[in-house]
Amino acid sequence: MPTILAEKTEVYEKKGKNKKEFQNSKTILKIKDLYKSYNIKTPVLSMIEMELKQGEFVSIIGPSGAGKSTLLRCINRMIEPSEGSIVFDETEITSLSKKALRGERAKIGMVFQHYNLVSRLTVFENVLHGRFGYKSTLKGILSIFTEEEKQLALEILDKLGMKEFAYKRCDQLSGGQKQRVGIARALVQQPKLLLCDEPIASLDPNSSKVIMDHLKEICETMGITVLVNLHQVDVAVKYSDRIIGLNKGRVVFEGLPKELSNYAIQDIYGSELEDLIVE
Amino acid sequence: MNAQFDVIKKKRIQMTIILLVMLLIVFGAKVLTDFSFMEGLASIPGTVFWMFTNLIPTAEAMENFPKVMERLWETIILSILATTTAGIFALFFALFGSKTTKINGLLALLSRVIASVFRNIPVVAWALVLVISFGHNVVTGYFALFFTTFGFLVRAFMETIDEASTDSVEALNATGATYFQMVFRGVIPDTLPQMLSWVFFMIDTNIRSATLVGLLTGTGIGYIFDLYYKRLDYPTVGLITLSIIVVVIVIELISNKVRRMIL
Repeated sequence: MPTILAEKTEVYEKKGKNKKEFQNSKTILKIKDLYKSYNIKTPVLSMIEMELKQGEFVSIIGPSGAGKSTLLRCINRMIEPSEGSIVFDETEITSLSKKALRGERAKIGMVFQHYNLVSRLTVFENVLHGRFGYKSTLKGILSIFTEEEKQLALEILDKLGMKEFAYKRCDQLSGGQKQRVGIARALVQQPKLLLCDEPIASLDPNSSKVIMDHLKEICETMGITVLVNLHQVDVAVKYSDRIIGLNKGRVVFEGLPKELSNYAIQDIYGSELEDLIVE
Repeated sequence: MNAQFDVIKKKRIQMTIILLVMLLIVFGAKVLTDFSFMEGLASIPGTVFWMFTNLIPTAEAMENFPKVMERLWETIILSILATTTAGIFALFFALFGSKTTKINGLLALLSRVIASVFRNIPVVAWALVLVISFGHNVVTGYFALFFTTFGFLVRAFMETIDEASTDSVEALNATGATYFQMVFRGVIPDTLPQMLSWVFFMIDTNIRSATLVGLLTGTGIGYIFDLYYKRLDYPTVGLITLSIIVVVIVIELISNKVRRMIL
């Protein structure tokens, strides 16, 4: 096991030579003292602190039930945080009114494990749903989109290799294709931050790689900050600029992929390395 | 191993007891009501024979056919009207009452309670109560059907929404969509086939109920069923029954076809 990890670190360092430095980049997201609990006894999240820079690719790893999904959903307030501050793009999210929150959500794309598409609509329609945050209710209901918006949707689909499927219904697609539609819907929002909740957990290894490569490319070429929840440690090590380890609602590790030692992995998952499938 | 064996043994004993209790109830009821299975079975052939000799529409009964058709048409239109209008109201109550799309807890509880009240009062009770205020006319029948259909459809739609569209609702909310954008572009496309199939189900349920309601309110097919039944004109009663069966089957065929088309 340890040798495998050592190899991974090497791969990373080779890549790391042309790695960007984020110290001087703009801060996109700053979370301070975030706390979430459904009952007083057991907080789901406590004392979460993190700062994401523009164009950074950050992974959150941790065992099931560690609070990864809750953390992600607190950022766009799909789940209401109990306490703490979340500053996204210089706006305090936690105190926003419903209407203002809608405007901020439009700037945050979200990708889901189960794709969450409207399966009886076409790919094109689903992608255009990403524009709702910028539209009046009536225009949204009547599906009135501008020429530029349609063009943008097609361009993004093309970029993800899905243009030929644009007029297919989503229930006819494979898992990997559905996830690419999910990503396209998020990108059409022209977001500054992309939240991905276990984007590859339901996919085969092949599609997983396609999806992760797309996410990485989006991050590098479009300068969009990407925050991904992952189950696979090796994937996190391979793709991330930075890794955050979560256990029982607390950040137990934060650092570069090469700093993720076996000891740190044991700490995050709370068990011996021999008992884990890290590959 | 031993514990597992005990579980199986325990379950077997439970099943035996349940079976014995059920048998006891059946025989208890039989003794109390003086009901004889053998007599019941023995009377079946006689009944069937009576039905075939009396309920077969004769040439004479066929003369009433235009009248029957006119009343039947009234009943069909009434039940379609009651079901579709109830469906529109039910959609909004279901949206407010469903766990996925509720606006707030109070409104959700309120719409659930209202729907439950309407659903749990039987259509006959509605008809009897409404006949006092509206009199013997079509409006009474319409409201009786409307209320029960509304109550039922709210429940059915609510379950459909919770089952089919939780995921897409989450995604649309995350893009910053407004409530009605989310409903019209997410929930409705996801649930339309299922909802339409409930509406069709209610239309043919209502044609059957309309017969009963018409009997009480003096309208539609129920009225002439009652009329000819009291005149002891059994062939015409047979004709009316047959035409109701045909209409229900035809509506079911249409609903299957439509469902396949939109799915």
